[in-house]
Amino acid sequence: MDASLLVIIVVITALAFDFTNGFHDTANSMATSIATGALKPRTAVAFSAVLNLVGALLSVEVAKTISGGIVDDALITPAVVFGGLVGAIMWNLVTWYVGLPSSSSHALFGGLIGATWIASGTDAVHFAKVVDKVVVPSIAAPLVAGIVALLATYLTYRLTKRAKASVAAKGFRAGQVASAALMSLAHGTNDAQKTMGIITLTLITAGTLAPGAEPPLWVILSAAIAIALGTYLGGWRITHTMGKGLTTIEAPQGFAAQTSAATVIMASSHLGFALSTTHVASGGIMGSGLGRRLDGVRWGVAGRMALAWMLTLPAAGIVGALAGKVASTGTTGVVVVAVVGGVVSLGIWLLSRREPVRPEHIVDEIAAQAETHKVAA
Amino acid sequence: MKVDWAALGTVFGVSLGVVLGLVVLFAMALRALSVREDVRERGGSAAVATGVAGACLVACVTVVLFGIYLIVAR
Repeated sequence: MDASLLVIIVVITALAFDFTNGFHDTANSMATSIATGALKPRTAVAFSAVLNLVGALLSVEVAKTISGGIVDDALITPAVVFGGLVGAIMWNLVTWYVGLPSSSSHALFGGLIGATWIASGTDAVHFAKVVDKVVVPSIAAPLVAGIVALLATYLTYRLTKRAKASVAAKGFRAGQVASAALMSLAHGTNDAQKTMGIITLTLITAGTLAPGAEPPLWVILSAAIAIALGTYLGGWRITHTMGKGLTTIEAPQGFAAQTSAATVIMASSHLGFALSTTHVASGGIMGSGLGRRLDGVRWGVAGRMALAWMLTLPAAGIVGALAGKVASTGTTGVVVVAVVGGVVSLGIWLLSRREPVRPEHIVDEIAAQAETHKVAA
Repeated sequence: MKVDWAALGTVFGVSLGVVLGLVVLFAMALRALSVREDVRERGGSAAVATGVAGACLVACVTVVLFGIYLIVAR
């Protein structure tokens, strides 16, 4: 197959992945605001989309981590990247369908690492870099966000105990919207970068860019736009689990959880740690649950999420490895991977249409839940 | 295999400091706003409370903007 045609296919697939990432992750930034009624679902999503766009333009550190380090760009071809991407997208769609907030980022890393490993051998994967920039931050960041959110929540409740209830209620709604905005911005600085990194990596493997090059402007812009569009169009399904399944969230908690998660993500983005915004957001929410009441977390739900997290890297890795192996055999291979990927995506989309979760449903459930919150707020 | 613990420690330290600082400032703003309402109900002048609340909120925004500036400036 003509190399430039393959590059175009990979770029389109990467942007599609970016779109599903935005689709998948709206929940992280907006779940708590929607759950506490601080923002209407549609407003929240539009707001989040714009801020994701801006965030994506702020920093390229994470993109550089991906394009210049975790795999050896001299040993892989655009076909391998394509296989890895398809693996990531499959895993993302499946977890989206069952409503698990697994990590789009780890799906991407898993897919890329799996595809590279099988198609080009162990040497092509820089495991030390993977551990330093991906695995360790992926465990540390949610813990950090959780601890910070726990203290922040405790302090928030403690310090505002004597504030007037009406003032506190209004103040925290505003504070929560502001912190949700930060969270969206943070998401752009970390997640949109991953797509930029992948596209840049592809261009490097195809010889269009020099090794170690920064993402070109058109890559930055198209990735930013794709994630913003995805954010705008998606997310109802997972907002459901994150917004109320995990712990009961009040506005002060939402404020504390999101401020913590957003700060941790932005600080990490700045240092080039490619962490999972999903994990950090969940860590923040759990921390704030504990900060209010020590039995404030549903550990069963949390345990299932942790399991999905641990599965993500290897599961996406296996799919990515298969897809990468097939795609790197030649033109037929690439076509086969593209067709299978397309059919599976279409299938999941059709399945999800049978019982769609729409904004209206979430509003109903939150309205019912909000009654119990009035006392505390 | 080398893990950059210093960078991870920085993330932890910076996040803790920034978030707790923001939370304290925001809580102070809410307390000041509460005082402001109380004073107004009693018919007094709430200039001091308004000033404190405003200063706290401005400080919050400044912290956030400075953080974003640090990210962009590199």
